[in-house]
Amino acid sequence: MCWLNKLIEFVGKVSQFGSRVIADLFRPPFEAGQIARQLAEAGSKSLPLVVASGFALGTVMTLHTRSTLVTFGAGALIPTVQALAFFVEIGPLVAALLLAGRVGSGIGAVLANMRATEQIDGIESLSIDSFKFLVIPRVVACVLALPLLTLFMDFSGLLGGYLSEFLASRISFHLYVTRAFQDLEWSNFIAPTIKTTVFGFIIGTVSSFFGYTTNEGAHGVGKAATNSVVVSSLLIILADVILIKCIFFAFPDSAL
Amino acid sequence: MNVEPRTAVVFDRVSKAFGPKQVLRDVSFELPAGETLCILGRSGTGKSVTLKLLISLLKPDQGKIWIEKDEITSLKEADISKVRRKMGFLFQDAALFDSYTLYENLALPLRRLTDKRQEEIDSIVDSVLGQVGLATDKAKMPAALSGGMRKRAGLARALVLEPQILLADEPSSGLDRITASEIDELLLRQKAEHQTTIIVVTHDVHGARRVGDRFAVFDKGDLIAFGTSSDIERSPHETARKLISEH
Repeated sequence: MCWLNKLIEFVGKVSQFGSRVIADLFRPPFEAGQIARQLAEAGSKSLPLVVASGFALGTVMTLHTRSTLVTFGAGALIPTVQALAFFVEIGPLVAALLLAGRVGSGIGAVLANMRATEQIDGIESLSIDSFKFLVIPRVVACVLALPLLTLFMDFSGLLGGYLSEFLASRISFHLYVTRAFQDLEWSNFIAPTIKTTVFGFIIGTVSSFFGYTTNEGAHGVGKAATNSVVVSSLLIILADVILIKCIFFAFPDSAL
Repeated sequence: MNVEPRTAVVFDRVSKAFGPKQVLRDVSFELPAGETLCILGRSGTGKSVTLKLLISLLKPDQGKIWIEKDEITSLKEADISKVRRKMGFLFQDAALFDSYTLYENLALPLRRLTDKRQEEIDSIVDSVLGQVGLATDKAKMPAALSGGMRKRAGLARALVLEPQILLADEPSSGLDRITASEIDELLLRQKAEHQTTIIVVTHDVHGARRVGDRFAVFDKGDLIAFGTSSDIERSPHETARKLISEH
């Protein structure tokens, strides 16, 4: 039962860390400069990856679904299926997993390196709260950036889907967009996008936890980066299951 | 315990362990304000831990620590922050923020902890960098600095808030004799011009004898000798006599 004790201890420590994040979010100073810096790191620098992935996924998804839908005479539903799949699930989940991979590993590695090279102690020695200075801006950046990245993922996925469909059926862009959005409710769009703030919080908090609390020198840097990605991704998928249930409860119409 | 007004630092029966390893055992000493204390000892005997206890980066398991009139082991985080404002810390590897330029490294504490205007901050940063001979390097990133420059940059950051107490963890380690001597000069100048209390952890006996007024010798977590260089030379502990000897 040693692993169970370790798991409970880990959950306790991460929860305590997350509670401190929430408490410190509303305590000045608010580190606007640091937040802007981290937003650029988490947001704009992740944009090419997210857009390219969304575009490729959209193209591939249409290639896969097209033959089946056409066989059943439902070729006109291709844009609708594409939009629903991206806005409801693929966009939020894939954007979150990409951010966990790109930004989560970066946060874990950077903070662990700062710990190993005494930079965090250096910040504390200057009477600056290192938690507020380093952790809070990273969590806030992930929370703010992920919904925006998700929108880019959704629309680039639609664009990729359109390209694929255009090459197959010469459908007009206007018709594709009309069909894509004709069965899409606001609740299909807003709730899944908002849930990515929770994914962003998970990525920021878990990755910061592994980086900020490590005490293993250079060895801890790689370990923190790996753990950040693995645990963030796992928690995102688990949270997705729970949040989908919550969304169905709050927006019954969005249940397909 | 009554702390004399001119006492900068008091360690009173301080002990610290990491797991089963006892790093400091019942360590007590006092340092008057404006003096330089050099802490000597073999590696792993608790010298750097002593500095980190002084600036509250670590908490002792037992004992009390005074910084001037403040007993820091019982203070809350906000109050510890106020005490830290009196202190500057030069880390062994300088601990500069590697994503900031040298200028930003020095400007950060001024922006965060003072209400100085941008022009004043620029002027202070230029002045402090000038004192350590890095005036022309302020746009460089820490990775672009040599070992000696990093040490001087770390010292500049430690001095930028004009601390009353300066803690330096092996300021001359990994440096050639000339660069180490330049760092010693900077410490001596700081003490002479600002009456700063300085505590230096070092293995460089030559430099320690140059800058130190008092010496503390640690061995396996115990403070085995404390006093002037002559006191240490007369110590009954052979380790202390060997460590203070330049030969």
